[in-house]
Amino acid sequence: MDHDALIASLQQTIPGVAFEPAPSVDPQATVYVPAANLHDTARTLRDHADLSFAFLAELTAVDFWPREPRFEVSYVLVSLVRPQRLRVKVRVEGPDAHLPTVTDLWPAANWLEREVWDMLGIAFDGHPDPRRLLMPEDWDGFPLRKDYPVQIRKGANYVEPLQVTEDEFRRSLEKDRLSRR
Amino acid sequence: MGLESEIPVLTTTVEKMVQWARRSSIWPVTFGLACCAIEMMAMSCSRYDVARFGAEVFRGSPRQSDLMIVAGRLSRKMAPALRRIYDQMPEPKWVISMGACASIGGVFDNYAIVQGVDQVVPVDVYVPGCPPRPESLIYGIVQLQRKIAQQKLS
Repeated sequence: MDHDALIASLQQTIPGVAFEPAPSVDPQATVYVPAANLHDTARTLRDHADLSFAFLAELTAVDFWPREPRFEVSYVLVSLVRPQRLRVKVRVEGPDAHLPTVTDLWPAANWLEREVWDMLGIAFDGHPDPRRLLMPEDWDGFPLRKDYPVQIRKGANYVEPLQVTEDEFRRSLEKDRLSRR
Repeated sequence: MGLESEIPVLTTTVEKMVQWARRSSIWPVTFGLACCAIEMMAMSCSRYDVARFGAEVFRGSPRQSDLMIVAGRLSRKMAPALRRIYDQMPEPKWVISMGACASIGGVFDNYAIVQGVDQVVPVDVYVPGCPPRPESLIYGIVQLQRKIAQQKLS
């Protein structure tokens, strides 16, 4: 099925959502979906018998700063029954970007959304574990944003070793021994 | 050292003896971070054979090591781990900063990489190169041996 036919069938299956076809250079259909409809659309794409996009192959984002809306989040979905791939894009406004999570639909999105949060600072509302994935947990800022100072001069963080006297060491050992008894 | 022709005995000072023992059996901790580690492995294999200099025993535990060869770029997230491994090594201990990335950050002039491991641990010998050839690293180890030979027991 070619791109136009797939997008037309999407529009037919999911009325009320403004699908906007986007050009793509590879044999994958690409559509923009409004952020407000993202979660419902994703659920239908996964569950509808004619679509069955059961597999989330990739989830990533791009920063187009200083254009506004600056972020575009891409979801590459695979339907194993058609078989067909579909690239869904969502435009997100920055700098305080928010999107609903799709972790409840595709568990594979868990770490991918964490990576996007870590690198670009797009918060995924309802994510079960919204921590950074790659950078240190106390890191300040989002490195893949285009306005991030890449050649930042920062000292290295490290922890000084714990210095204990012999007396303190023995007391701690004794305490440990008592707690195991 | 004085050699008596009649009696089969060598006389020396304790200091010289200790320096000789230390520099002749430098045990490095296995700490490869990036592509420099490949050259470090080549150095320890039979073609370059660092066993000739007594530094072939790569230890998996910092508690059995004398030398840390920081082989590769050190990310900021790795820096606390490097420091912890250094702190776990018993005295006396030495550090070789291997390659451009470990020494000054190399091509990675960005937020993720520590611009020189001397921000985290004291470095004894810097080995230049990207990556340094195994001969360069062996030369670095020989330089370190010369340095150890001059360290006084105070």
